Amino acid sequence: MKALLRNGICSLGVGAVLSLAGAQALAQSRDYISIVGSSTVYPFVTVVAERFGRSTGATTPKVESTGTGGGMKLFCAGVGTAHPDLTGASRQIKKSEFEQCQTNGVQDVLEVQIGFDGIVLANSVKTKALELTTKDIFLALAKEVPDGDAEKLIANPYTTWKQVNPALPDTRIEVLGPPPTSGTRDAFAELAMEAGCKSFGWIKAIKDADKERFQAICHALREDGHFIEAGENDNLIVQKLDTNPKAVGIFGFSFLEQNSDKVQGSVINGVAPTFDTIADKSYPVSRPLFVYAKKAHVGVVPNIKGFLAELTSDRAWGTEGYLTDKGLIPMPENQRQAVASRVKNLTPMTASDLK
Amino acid sequence: MTELAKNTPETIRASLARRHRAETRFRCYGIAAISFGMLAVVVLLADITIKGHGAFRQTYVQLEVHYDPELLDIDDARDPAALLRGNFQAVVRAALRDRLGQVSGRVEHRAQNALVSNGAAYDLRERMRENPDLLGARETLWLAADDDIDTWFKSRGGEAFTGRISDRQMEWMRALEADGDVALRFNADFFTRGDSREPEQAGIGGAIMGSLLTLVVTLALSFPIGVAAAIYLEEFAPQNRWTDFIEVNINNLAAVPSIIFGLLGLAVFINFFEVPRSAPVLGGLVLTLMTLPTIIISSRAAIKAVPPSIREAALGVGASKMQTVLGHVLPLAMPGMLTGAIIGMAQALGETAPLLMIGMVAFIVDVPTGFTEPATVLPVQIFLWADSPERAFVEKTSGAIMVLLTFLIFMNALAVLLRKRLERRW
Repeated sequence: MKALLRNGICSLGVGAVLSLAGAQALAQSRDYISIVGSSTVYPFVTVVAERFGRSTGATTPKVESTGTGGGMKLFCAGVGTAHPDLTGASRQIKKSEFEQCQTNGVQDVLEVQIGFDGIVLANSVKTKALELTTKDIFLALAKEVPDGDAEKLIANPYTTWKQVNPALPDTRIEVLGPPPTSGTRDAFAELAMEAGCKSFGWIKAIKDADKERFQAICHALREDGHFIEAGENDNLIVQKLDTNPKAVGIFGFSFLEQNSDKVQGSVINGVAPTFDTIADKSYPVSRPLFVYAKKAHVGVVPNIKGFLAELTSDRAWGTEGYLTDKGLIPMPENQRQAVASRVKNLTPMTASDLK
Repeated sequence: MTELAKNTPETIRASLARRHRAETRFRCYGIAAISFGMLAVVVLLADITIKGHGAFRQTYVQLEVHYDPELLDIDDARDPAALLRGNFQAVVRAALRDRLGQVSGRVEHRAQNALVSNGAAYDLRERMRENPDLLGARETLWLAADDDIDTWFKSRGGEAFTGRISDRQMEWMRALEADGDVALRFNADFFTRGDSREPEQAGIGGAIMGSLLTLVVTLALSFPIGVAAAIYLEEFAPQNRWTDFIEVNINNLAAVPSIIFGLLGLAVFINFFEVPRSAPVLGGLVLTLMTLPTIIISSRAAIKAVPPSIREAALGVGASKMQTVLGHVLPLAMPGMLTGAIIGMAQALGETAPLLMIGMVAFIVDVPTGFTEPATVLPVQIFLWADSPERAFVEKTSGAIMVLLTFLIFMNALAVLLRKRLERRW
């Protein structure tokens, strides 16, 4: 009996160590592609991964939704099969991230812009669609706004849309949007808020003098209950808009398309968010989406080249491609060709490609 | 008789009505509390069932498929490479064209092709792989409809969702339905397939398998370790400051938020031991850390519940301490330990937070078959679907919740049953 118990305990310990060691050995080789990154790029990359797996019979790539920043951190942590091969980003890689990559031995990074994503302001179809300008958006949502024509900032006094712009309805400003951790929020601040901000000449003048102050003025959203952080789940925002017709929500274009029976997009600067207006860039609030790949992993982890070829094929990202069915807005033909040829030749990006 | 004694019945009688009222009120509070809880449960279950029952059924369209070698561009159906290259999509499209008539223009073509799920082509390929003689043959099959069509077809009873489907597509579907070639059938794929970005092809099979593999690892590690720790602490350990310290720590661990265990897993198992990310073995290790305190605490309680007379009798007839524990205490405490283990497992089954940090929140199409293959688990699958833009995922999400709840109810019922059936009262 005693021997039995001792053996039991010993084998337990040995088993635990062995299982760890075994797992460690397995970590050395990987026969599937590992992708991390932005939750905005996730819906598109996953479709390509699934199609790629099914059509070639290869193991389907694994896609984790970690957010753009989290993805970059994992991606740039090093070379080797313990690290992901690709990462999705809803903005271009930052200089600091690129340098991080370089220090950790991730020398050659392939940059693949896959298309555009539009950000919409939408309300319930039970009421009229809003016709906004980026200036209206800034005045309705900024933490501090100019005091009339004076070159002075005051805490945002506007409580109804009509106060912002007499042409707008007399309803309370109530906007549901993503939290600061979201890439959608960054893009919204940069594209919609900043554009509205710049419509005031004297604030625009600050940009050259003091860039940080300019960003602080233009990117800060109000915290007095008129802008409500509704979490990362865009479906939830759509549901809330459906039950509260007076509220306005901020989310990605694909959610607008999928819920066109419940919500409608607001016209911004005279342009309604549609597939075509985002593609030809006449709709002001759209951003590029990227996938980054490690050149060092090509050939080490199987199928990376094949996957990138599928991603950059016309049947995926073309104007009639299956990614457009999922809400991706394609790039113009010549830009697609340029990116595709760079991917084909595995031309890595350089520091000068960064803005 | 004194004044007080004489008046006592009077005093009691006077306050009796008030005390009765107080008691009735007190009971009412209790009933109200229970009713509120029950109401919340009923509303939750009703909401999930109403939203989710559609996930178990899927719209299918009946079509005659012709495996035309020319269209497929396959000469030899036994050649796997040729099968992979074969244009099965064209066969599905031809079947739709034959059934619904030729249309003109790109838009109409796309609308017609979009009636049937793009997964149908892969299903046809699988059929031919299994039966190469199909090349050149014709057969009539029920093919899954696209998710937009499916959502529309299911919602027609009430307010139909027509946002993503054209009038022409509705016309076609009505024509097919009139001929009995459209039907809602049991969606077996929902239980067997892995994740997919096409709602009509998405299933919880992969997630169930991932949960199973993870729980096997968790149980295999946490039960023996937990029971061994409990036996030592209860039967062998001396009562001193050290064991007090250990006891406090175990109770503390049981209250630690589960995300902390995920961070620990990331730091220790992934960064130090280099266990592969997203693997069930990793998930199992992290969940072991999380369930250990639960199992240790319940096992200790079960051991404590065995009366000392049993131990004394065994020792009295000459059994050693270890023989007493293994031969008498442990068997009697086992039902209680198992109950604790099952409840611990049910907890682990519903957990997502610690898995966030270790890469198990991922899109995984292939159903995992081993402990080191990338996998995801049921609650994570629910989380991922809840975040997907496609409308049809709403019912899939609720459907998956129903399955998860069924598992949890089953496990908890098993724990109750075990306790009822096996537990001995002294």
